[in-house]
Amino acid sequence: MDVSQYLEIFIDETGEHIQSLSDHIMALESEPEDKDTINEIFRAAHSLKGMAGTMGFKRMQHLTHDMENVFQEVRSDKIKVNSEMIDVLFQCLDAIDGYLNTIKETSNEGENDNEAIIKKLNDFIAMANGEAAAPEEKKEEAKAPAAKTEGGEAGGNDRAHYSEIPDDDIDSVASKVSDALVDGNKIYGFTVYIASDCLLKAARAFLVFKAVEENGKIIYYNPSSEDIEDEKFEDCFNFLLSTSADIETIAAAARAVSEIEEVIYGDVTDSILLRAEADETGTAVAVAEPAAAPASYDSTKEASNEETTAVTVPETTAPAAKSQSSSAPAAAGKNAAKPVTSRTVRVDIEKLDALMNQVSELIIAKNSLASIQPSDGVIDQQSFNDQLEYLERITTNLHESVMKVRMVPIENVVNKYPRMIRDLSRKLGKKMELHMTGEETELDRTVVDQIGDPLQHLLRNSADHGIESAEVRKERGKPEVGSINLDAYQEGNNVIIKVSDDGNGVDTENVKRKAIERGIVTADQAENLSEKEIIDFLFMPSFSMAKQITDISGRGVGLDVVKNGIETLGGDVEVKSKFGEGTTFTVRLPLTLAIIQALMVTVGDTKYAIALGSISNIENINVSEIKYVEQKEVIHLRGTVIHLCRLKELLGCEEDVNAPKPENLIVVVVSKGEKQLGLVVDELDGQTEIVIKSLGKFISNENKVISGATILGDGEVALILDVNTLM
Amino acid sequence: MAEKNEIMGLDFSEVETIQYIVVNIGGEHYGLDIKYVDNIVRMQRITRVPNSQPYFMGIINLRGEIVPVMSIRRKMGFEDDEFTNASRIIILKIEEQGLLGVIFDAVREVVTLSVDSIEKPSDSNAKDSFINGIGKSNDELISIFDIDAIVEENR
Repeated sequence: MDVSQYLEIFIDETGEHIQSLSDHIMALESEPEDKDTINEIFRAAHSLKGMAGTMGFKRMQHLTHDMENVFQEVRSDKIKVNSEMIDVLFQCLDAIDGYLNTIKETSNEGENDNEAIIKKLNDFIAMANGEAAAPEEKKEEAKAPAAKTEGGEAGGNDRAHYSEIPDDDIDSVASKVSDALVDGNKIYGFTVYIASDCLLKAARAFLVFKAVEENGKIIYYNPSSEDIEDEKFEDCFNFLLSTSADIETIAAAARAVSEIEEVIYGDVTDSILLRAEADETGTAVAVAEPAAAPASYDSTKEASNEETTAVTVPETTAPAAKSQSSSAPAAAGKNAAKPVTSRTVRVDIEKLDALMNQVSELIIAKNSLASIQPSDGVIDQQSFNDQLEYLERITTNLHESVMKVRMVPIENVVNKYPRMIRDLSRKLGKKMELHMTGEETELDRTVVDQIGDPLQHLLRNSADHGIESAEVRKERGKPEVGSINLDAYQEGNNVIIKVSDDGNGVDTENVKRKAIERGIVTADQAENLSEKEIIDFLFMPSFSMAKQITDISGRGVGLDVVKNGIETLGGDVEVKSKFGEGTTFTVRLPLTLAIIQALMVTVGDTKYAIALGSISNIENINVSEIKYVEQKEVIHLRGTVIHLCRLKELLGCEEDVNAPKPENLIVVVVSKGEKQLGLVVDELDGQTEIVIKSLGKFISNENKVISGATILGDGEVALILDVNTLM
Repeated sequence: MAEKNEIMGLDFSEVETIQYIVVNIGGEHYGLDIKYVDNIVRMQRITRVPNSQPYFMGIINLRGEIVPVMSIRRKMGFEDDEFTNASRIIILKIEEQGLLGVIFDAVREVVTLSVDSIEKPSDSNAKDSFINGIGKSNDELISIFDIDAIVEENR
């Protein structure tokens, strides 16, 4: 079965599950006992496993399977959630995310087995089994004596199975061995016998692994680690250990584990390498262990996984992974290296219904209009107007609905931040919490897509520079845990996102000093700068205030990138800060990029649109009021000096020489932050809502003064002026 | 290509053929590969875009879409256009980059030329050339446009 057509859905849904897992694990961290959360995580992990299995992503499936197992134990109260487990779970999530990214890029899950994480997960399960014996194990035990014949009571050497490595594995083992040799380690083979009356063999095995791994690294398990975990071995198991420590100590540590009968070991470094080279086939067949073949993932293993699922979750339909798993990798292999890009919007079904309703009304309106057409050639003006009004109402509604479809809550973006702050908190060794409000605030999809990085920068900035260490906070009489707030809300046609912290604030003196150091201002100039002007230095390229470069922030590519990013979206960012009390970044974004309120003006013979948001006022200026500063035209308006820009000249319109020079000029004053500029236009044509269209890739314009075009009601094309580029 | 000929019911499936739209610039005939042609529209009001490349006349509204329009005469360094009733804008559809309108003096006909009847132009100043072949139809010479050359900047 070709599953590639489901790949996009898979990517979409996996992303959602990862997000939901992340949310719930965060919740679990604060409330480790919450059953609902635990169930939710279990379900998400289970769905992920099923999906990965269906798509043939076995490594991913394996990881999620183990994750699910851990939660199975948590659900049945065998283990308690602790912070160690949360850490491992987050590592899991990162690993799954890693798989997902690889899949996005190559349609393949990649080669990373994430053994380390799987092992940690299994440790938890082992712990669970150590505390409460599962009924399953008794069954296993009953079978065991019958099968137990091989070991016997023979001498030590006959009992050493550690050098029996199946041919399938010898290559990978050999490569690991050579890696170990590079590090100056030696490879020892171990065969460990567990007392035959031992009830919890898997648990014992893991205690042994734990003991020996204190001084080395296990590079190979026989049977495989999964089988050992599932107790699919009899009285002995083998592993290869790479270590530089004294082998006697390690062996003693392994023996010290209770119910371990015997530990046999030997140096196998050379023999493995030799065997790998010679690649002899005859010697390896001796490994006839009762469980599934140790080769990492074959169909048998797949089947056993499925059985486990069926046992543990009888209420859930096990996905049909088994039948598809064999064909899926082939399909995945076929279209490998083809990046999967998804640009889709998930739309609330209600919004779609509304859209559908309006379209059907539109059809009715069209039909009524058509029916007005009288046979005698006289149109009833009254009913025609009625219908026209009706039509207008529908189109307005339709427009609104379509816009709503494009709107997505910022939730999708900000969701990942709590996790990020948690990680940062660990990394930086500072205690902090993120409080978010207004996640449901909706923004145009294009804006939401691009707002993630700037916001992330701001949050990191707050975490790194803002929040002080616990001691400093104590001294300042602040609560020990620093808080970072992210608040979003709608304000008119804008959405405001505030990122604030109760941390250190901006040390303006320090910034001033740095600015002088960098030669941006002289010491004299610096004295006269307002607080705001000083804070604005932070937005200059390569102006980092971090005392040392961390991987969180401090490379000087932070705030200027934020500012640029937000300005490209047609928004702006402001900072307010009080030294010692905290900083607030206020990001203002337009609701949508596609439709804006604009003032239409005529310059020469062409109509131009200026975004209403950037216009501060419109003035009628007599030519005599124009003054000159550095030979540039300025006007003096209520205490501020505003430069004039004659759009006619800027836009290269041909001047009609014979036309009378007007006495009065219409000046549209536009502003960007504190800056203002007066645009001289010929005529004002009123305010209207315009749909922004791109000029396309062919045509270019200098300085990017024209940011796009729009089609007016009469079909005429008007250009959109980007006044930001003029200031 | 053979398949295409079958569909059209033509019986020279052995020779590879290409259909061209023949346009006039000055007195000369030029051919445009029909696969790039999306549409042919009459002249309409063109909104000038300030500070753009000189050969771009501006943009038009093509059924709700903004399409840039270039003057092929300006691009090729000919005399400036004189728009008549016969002037047409041919909308070319260029992969990925989208639609592009090009103004021609007139659009004449569609011809089918076999690939081997098209001669390669002489190599002299080939770098500045806008054509990549010369075809013959009814004793007339048709210069075949190199679409890439039209699209490319700074020619």
